[in-house]
Order: sequence, then C-alpha cells, then structure tokens
Amino acid sequence: MTEEIIIAGFGGQGVLSMGKILAYSGIMQDQEVSWMPAYGPEMRGGTANVTVIISDDRINSPVLNSYDTAIILNQQSMDKFEKTVKPGGLLLYDPNGISKHPSRKDINIYQIEGAAEAARLKSGKTFNMVVLGAFLKLKPIVEFDNVIKGLKKSLPERYHHLIPMNETAIKSGMKIVKEIQKL
Amino acid sequence: MKELRLMKGNEAMAEAAIRCGADGYFGYPITPQSEVLEYLMAEQPWKRTGMVVLQAESEVASINMLYGGASTGKKVLTSSSSPGISLMQEGISYLAGAELPCVVINVVRGGPGLGDIQPSQSDYFQATKGGGHGDYHLYVIAPSSVQESSDFVKKAFEVAFKYRIPAMVLSDGAIGQMMEKVELFEQMPRRTDEEVIAECGSWATTGKTPDREHNVITSLDLIPERLEEHNHKLQAKYKEIEENEVIYEEILCDDADYVIVAYGTSARISQKTVQLAREKGYKLGLMRPITLWPFPKAKIAEYGETKKGILVVEMSEGQMVEDVRLNINGKIPVEFYGRSGGMIPTPDEVLTAFEKHFM
Repeated sequence: MTEEIIIAGFGGQGVLSMGKILAYSGIMQDQEVSWMPAYGPEMRGGTANVTVIISDDRINSPVLNSYDTAIILNQQSMDKFEKTVKPGGLLLYDPNGISKHPSRKDINIYQIEGAAEAARLKSGKTFNMVVLGAFLKLKPIVEFDNVIKGLKKSLPERYHHLIPMNETAIKSGMKIVKEIQKL
Repeated sequence: MKELRLMKGNEAMAEAAIRCGADGYFGYPITPQSEVLEYLMAEQPWKRTGMVVLQAESEVASINMLYGGASTGKKVLTSSSSPGISLMQEGISYLAGAELPCVVINVVRGGPGLGDIQPSQSDYFQATKGGGHGDYHLYVIAPSSVQESSDFVKKAFEVAFKYRIPAMVLSDGAIGQMMEKVELFEQMPRRTDEEVIAECGSWATTGKTPDREHNVITSLDLIPERLEEHNHKLQAKYKEIEENEVIYEEILCDDADYVIVAYGTSARISQKTVQLAREKGYKLGLMRPITLWPFPKAKIAEYGETKKGILVVEMSEGQMVEDVRLNINGKIPVEFYGRSGGMIPTPDEVLTAFEKHFM
C-alpha cells in the first residue's frame, strides 16, 4: 500500500499539523512516511501545503506531481491541485470560501463542512481534525487508535488534555462527510 | 532498544550531534537550516552531555570558534546554509591547512548571492573543489533522507578524526525541512579530558607536558620548501581517502542500459523516475554518489564500458555532471537535466528528459 496525499490551504488552518498527525499515525503502525512541506515565504494567511506519503515500502521521491488524494481547503489550492489528482483518485474539500467547485469527471469528489462543524463544536482550532476525520472515513489507511497515538506523539504534553476534544472532532468529520461524485 | 521518531532532517542532524558525543556547536541562524540551532537550544544538551551550544555573532565567528575548539582536540561542529557557508570559506581553508577535524553542515539553498530559501544543490563546486583558497579537499558526504542526515553526522566526525580533516555534510533545504521516520543511534559518551589527550595529544593543544615538544596549530609557514612538503603530506592523505572512503549506492543498475547519476534530493526524485521508466520497459538504473568527495570515480568510469548512456540530474545548472564527464572520458553520452534557483524537478520531468536524450 502506498498513499500519496497533498493537503493544501491557508497558513494557520492546521494543514502542516494535520499532515504531521497523519505521518505519526503511519509510524505507529510501522509504515514508512514522509512529510514534505512547501516551506517558502508561506505564513499565516498565505498558502500552505504539505505532501504526505504513507507506504509499506521505502519511499522514493518525497516530491510528486500527482496524488492519490488531494485535501483542499481554499480556492487557490483548488485552482492549483484539482488537476493533480490521479484519475480515479480522491478530492476532498471544504466548500467554505470555494467559488469554483471541482469539475473533473474522472475522480471521486467529497465535501467536508469543516469550518462550519468546528464552529458548531465551539472549537475553531479543531477544524483540521474534522477534515482529517472525513479523510479517514473515506480512506481508512491508518487505524483510529493509531491516529490518537499519533496525536499524542505530535502534541506537546501540556496540550494532551485537548486530545478528547480532537477525538470528538475527528469522529464528527467521519459522520458528516458528504459524497458529491463517486465513480 | 531502537528509538523511532518523526523528525525533520535538520532536527535529526542536531540530535545526532548530541548523540555522537560532540563537545561544542557554534552557529548562526539562517533559513532553511535554523532548526539545527533551534533544536539544540530547546534540547539543552549542556544538561544532557555537557555539550556547549553557542549562537555566535556571525558565521565568520562560528567557523573560527570551530578552529579554536578543534585545535584542542574537541569534537566541534557548525551548520549554516549557502550564503553563510560562503562567509566561512576563509576559516574552512585555515582548518584544512592546519589539519583540524571538525564537521560543517551545509543545508543548501538557491543561489548565487543571497538567492532564495528554497532547496538547491548549487554548492557542489564549492563543497568538493575547495571553496576557500589553497590545495585542499573536504570530506563531503550527502544524505538523501532524514535517516542519513542523522547517520552521516556521526560518519563525518569519524572520518574527520581518522584523517584530521574538516568534513562537510552537504544536505539541502528539502531534506532539512522534510520529516521522515528516523531510528536514532544510541548516545555515545563525550570523551573525558584524558581520552581526548590519548586520542589527540600528539598534535592538539591539550597542555604541554615535559616529555614532549610544543604542539603548534597553524596554517602559516613562510618557508616555501616546508609548505610544499606540507602540501605533499596533505595530498598523500587525500589519496588515501580517495582509496578508502568512497561510498555510493546503485539501484537497479545491474541490468540497466542507462543510468541516472544523482545525489541527495535529486536521487530520491530520480528513484521514482527509474520506477516509472521500468513500468514503460526502459532499462534504467540509478547510481547515487553518497560521498561527493571522494567521488566514486572508478564506478563511473566502469559505466563507460558497460552502459549506453548517462543522465545526470541535479538541482543546479550542472556541476557534478563535470565530474561524471571527466570519468566517462567521452566513451558514452553524458546528458544533463537540472532545475535551479530553488525549483525541484519532478519525477515526470526527469523521465521526459531521459526520453528526449535516449529514447
């Protein structure tokens, strides 16, 4: 199994940390992982993206031009990455702030109302965990227990009291993910 | 017990420095390698092992602190990125001239000049051909993963002390910033003063004892005859390193008609290209020089007899390709594909370049 993922959105949305948790979850189940950020002048408010690869085998290129899954969280990223999803692959996006919805006919498309759900949960910062939940529902490449273990590993101990809140967010993301187009 | 962590290449190099029992780190922040100093400051190795970590006032100061530390036989290192490494060249030449062991990490970014902060491999010439003045070489080892970022800091210290030369770990912004799984090696103890004297007392300024002459550390010798003799001694040492310390990796080269030669991030990308090429039925392999100096000359020369063509892939406008051409010596075509200025080639681009030249 090899899953090649791009996660793209605004800086500050938790794009990089979502990728990190996913990578840690992979390690927890003894897989190979790579986490490659676009680390340029990106900052809060700018665009941020990270390529995460989880595989049973040694990972060659950490830099890719097409992906099994694109998780897209703003319009700029949609413009840039919709075309990079492999035919038959998955595009998961938050419709909040999207003016031009995906139009490809050869990929699976799902929506996650991450921003709205995080607001409903009264914890805006768990937005990325809602989105992660949606992804894991569609592609359960890592087991839920390992995600929680990954979360523990990637969060400093002083934030461990927030883990139940993140767990709730992941679970609600799993529940509310919406199918738009299934091949 | 093996300890697995998810770390950035920069962090792995910093942790490796602590674990291989380094005595001191002296550096100055610069993107994309600032995590080395940040990690060391957060980790506070002065509490763990007694290792000194100091943010110097500049790169010039850092490299001269290395000269001081290395003169006493201590295990010292610095890290920087391209423009900072340029500032250090005078000091590196002095370290080479004075035969001082130390480790310099370069997490390369786009150039020339201040360039940008994105990954690049355009410091190959500077790292392998001198960079500073005079007839000298550094031992240059290039990691292509976070695991190797950790392992090669240890390896660089071993070679530096074995031959009394400065060693460089030549990483790049991609490997420095990327996180991967890394298995950390076990903490090695820092040497005691007695152990430093036992290992380096014959040359280092560890304090004169009545039974020996002064140990003098200098790169200055105004007597031309003596300086030439010193140069011959350095050259003999370099020859020995070229004979004994070459490391490279071959992937699917045995049955290959064509070979990509690439190191560091370019090698990772090209490995995917090889996979794509094999799916299309092309007999393509990858050869990855791991030590850039000493360069795997003999292996490259052998390809001149056994392969049909070579594609060199670099994140530069073509530097290592000169060494490949020199050793192929016109026997088979050697083509080049590169991106520069912080652009990273994709596996597809490299495949297209391969097809354009050879298919």
